[in-house]
Amino acid sequence: MGGTLVDPARLLEPGLDVAQKKRLADVALNAAKSAGASYADVRIGRYLNQSIFTREKQVQNIASGESFGAGVRVIASGSWGFAATNNVSEAGLAQAARLAVAMAKANAKTQKEPVNLAAQQGYGQVSWKTPIKQNAFEVPVAQKAELLLAANAAALANGANFVNSSLFQINEQKYFASTDGSYIDQDVHRIWPTFSVTAIDRASGKFKTRDALSSPMGLGYEYLSPQAADKVAGPSGTGLVGYRNSYDILEDAALAARQAKAKLTATSVLAGKYDLVLDPNHLGLTIHESIGHPLELDRVLGYEANYAGTSFATLEWRKKNIPYGSKNVTIVADKLQPGSLGAVGYDDEGVKTKEWTLIDQGKLVDYEKIRDQAHIVGQKESDGCCYADSWGAVQFQRMPNVSLRPGTAKLSVDDLISKVDKGIYIAGRGSYSIDQQRYNFQFGGQVFYAIEKGKIAGMLDDVAYQANTQEFWNSCAAVCDQSDYRLFGSFFDGKGQPSQVSAVSHGSATSRFNAVNVINTGRKLG
Amino acid sequence: MAILSQTEAQDILKKVISFSTADECDATLNGSLEGNVRSARNSISTAGAVDNVSLAVTSYFGKRSGTATCNQFDEATLRRCVQRAEEIARLAPESPEYMPLLGPQTYLSSPQSFAASTAGITPDYRASQMAASMQYCDQKKLSSAGFLNDQAGFVAKRNSKGLEAYQRTTNLDFSITVRTLDGMGSGYAATDFTDIKNFDAARLTAVAASKASSSVGAKAIEPGKYTVILEPNALVSGSDASLLGALMRSFDARSADEGRSFLSKKGGGNRKGEKLFDERVTIYSDPTNAEVPDLTFSGDGRPQQRTTWIEKGVVKNLYASRYWAEKTGVPSLPGPGGFIMEGGTQSTADLIKGTAKGILVTRLWYIRPVDPQTLLFTGLTRDGTFYIENGAIKFPVKNFRFNESPIIMLNNLEAIGRPVRLAGNLVPPLKIRDFTFTSLSDAV
Repeated sequence: MGGTLVDPARLLEPGLDVAQKKRLADVALNAAKSAGASYADVRIGRYLNQSIFTREKQVQNIASGESFGAGVRVIASGSWGFAATNNVSEAGLAQAARLAVAMAKANAKTQKEPVNLAAQQGYGQVSWKTPIKQNAFEVPVAQKAELLLAANAAALANGANFVNSSLFQINEQKYFASTDGSYIDQDVHRIWPTFSVTAIDRASGKFKTRDALSSPMGLGYEYLSPQAADKVAGPSGTGLVGYRNSYDILEDAALAARQAKAKLTATSVLAGKYDLVLDPNHLGLTIHESIGHPLELDRVLGYEANYAGTSFATLEWRKKNIPYGSKNVTIVADKLQPGSLGAVGYDDEGVKTKEWTLIDQGKLVDYEKIRDQAHIVGQKESDGCCYADSWGAVQFQRMPNVSLRPGTAKLSVDDLISKVDKGIYIAGRGSYSIDQQRYNFQFGGQVFYAIEKGKIAGMLDDVAYQANTQEFWNSCAAVCDQSDYRLFGSFFDGKGQPSQVSAVSHGSATSRFNAVNVINTGRKLG
Repeated sequence: MAILSQTEAQDILKKVISFSTADECDATLNGSLEGNVRSARNSISTAGAVDNVSLAVTSYFGKRSGTATCNQFDEATLRRCVQRAEEIARLAPESPEYMPLLGPQTYLSSPQSFAASTAGITPDYRASQMAASMQYCDQKKLSSAGFLNDQAGFVAKRNSKGLEAYQRTTNLDFSITVRTLDGMGSGYAATDFTDIKNFDAARLTAVAASKASSSVGAKAIEPGKYTVILEPNALVSGSDASLLGALMRSFDARSADEGRSFLSKKGGGNRKGEKLFDERVTIYSDPTNAEVPDLTFSGDGRPQQRTTWIEKGVVKNLYASRYWAEKTGVPSLPGPGGFIMEGGTQSTADLIKGTAKGILVTRLWYIRPVDPQTLLFTGLTRDGTFYIENGAIKFPVKNFRFNESPIIMLNNLEAIGRPVRLAGNLVPPLKIRDFTFTSLSDAV
């Protein structure tokens, strides 16, 4: 989040108009070219955020942030250079451009190969805006805080001992210009309401939590106006509700409190092999970690080796035609889905966004790549998934939305569960961990239900599953149809050094995975 | 203008306080000059620099408070910043956890937290250190990816009750991952300094390179409970969650008193005073320690002093907010910056010599909480895991996933080595029995 703390009213003040930004951008581009750049782009960004934190009956903190500045990226002597400044004036931008060129020339001394940038047409002066219905920043802070406190009250009334709730809102007002001839003005909105409920048994000293089953979304405040049409019934016997494009925080908080209490006496799972039935609100993170990250081409090539790691899905591995998943697994990348966190008109290096297939019926067919990577896999264009989390950070390859296609045959969650003899149903994002090449992962969840002979048979606890990425996706036996399809997302996905965050959605329908290794995570302390 | 002197900083803060019309006013100036260079595939991939100073003003009317910040320091801007903080405060709800501002405090002196050598780092210095590291790997026909980040900064505080604080800091972090060209071996090393006089990127790169070369040809051995030697990079991290870092961040009195921490007592209260760890475990914090100097005041102005958190296995202190400390009648201790774990004199090599059968773990990675009740964490070994037999490394082994709690780990202590600085802490390598590996990973 970050930025300078400001009065909430300031977030509604207009920034520079487009004509001013174009004039400043041209100053930076001309200064870069004059200093010897063969390519330059400039991003003038105003990044707004507001976070509201509450616990039980009180507001803990309301922080409104604004960050305004410009970053200039250049290619000179075949190398990248980047410099940023919060001095958004002609002089400030020209100086940043010259510094970026100087850095590029310094870096060129150790460069092994010159940057090979995919050609990109200029779009002229264009704009794009997240199609929101209600700007969350225009909703009074008091109204938003009251909604969180009402959710807390619903949780407390249903047996919670403690509840923390929060609302994150982001607005990126970003202007991109490049020597390719693009001048792109975009207004991007994101929102994430969430909470964590705690239930305590003082006598035994046990405590359990249940987090919200909301999703971070590329929507406005309309996400918090629940619509009946957006609710998807969970499996019979669980009381769970899935949420599509709007979220009922009061309903979920009440259910969370009841489920947190129930977890205190839930059966501790017996370790072993189970067929897993995974809700989209859980499966989204599994897709993120075991497909979204390993198919980032910069990871594949070793550029993230010192931090996030590399990938098992190397270019050589792809040539072996080893199935990534079963025939039920078709994975699509996009930066387009309405309501998704990744949706923008153009990425942060001026490429119009699109949809493309990563895995086709189990077969790896493509990666996630940007302009300076396309040539490595013999392609001529970027996928449009370049992003920087602020004006002061250099843009680089980030994960687009990565989603599992729903099944084409009609299949509801209850129908899917009816065919499972011994299984576990999991909803919600829990503990998650995966190795640096994305082979071995372990995931928990928020709620777990035993499935016995085709029916939900009661709540379980201490559940986590461990699997190998390929084995797991090859065990995918069924995917529910479009009527169950929902987006889950990651609001603060970290990558790079210095670390940057990005937000990305993952769509899926409830899916079945056969014979997955489940461990019991319960321990006793002395 | 990033590094203001004490006089320059306090002059600005005095002006800010003089503009206040609120019941109370607190002002903090933070400034830093930061630079970085990043490499991959033995080539510099990105480099950047950031220069920033910002002022935060918090105004109080009764139990209402508001904060505003700015990064320009002319009189008109400072005045507007104070006015804005007061406007926000007037509109804010009353906080039931309001505490009056602290008056004048006495702070320890920790002048060694700032080194002119580090503050004077130039882009050429960064590039030459990274070039030496890359050159070493080129010569050895290995591939490296590294990150060097340095920072010089200051914090100055002042409030309307007379509290005044100022301190400068410097820091350099360097980490390097070296891989064999066939991708079958990987090694890692990391270091951090307040004063860069002893920093040598190539020397550290050699450590990572040696681990990379010697980890080729890893054998799969069955997961299970093993005696392990955890090197400091397996215990703390500057870039990821860590087992000892997570343990120290869980010493919060409020969570314990509220019944939602491993330090909560059955029936209510907390476990301060109980022996929860092996008696050789002593962990404290000390902002004046010459090897890991730190800020001598906390964000809310409380003094940071030498504080013992675990002494001979016994929980000695928990940290608490000023509100919670007053409400529960306990000392108001701020959470520590870095921590110091007492150790012995043995090096990692000495610990290996004294091990009949075990596993040497260079680094643990992607550590995430599984169960807060028992502080159970999962994660994986990475960048150099080796089988030890009869006091010597026999062969590299494939990486493991672990599920383990630092509480259980610090009860299964076999030996403690000599502490070294890492990520702002002093941490010894530890030899632990019955460390729980639950599955194998093919990752290199």
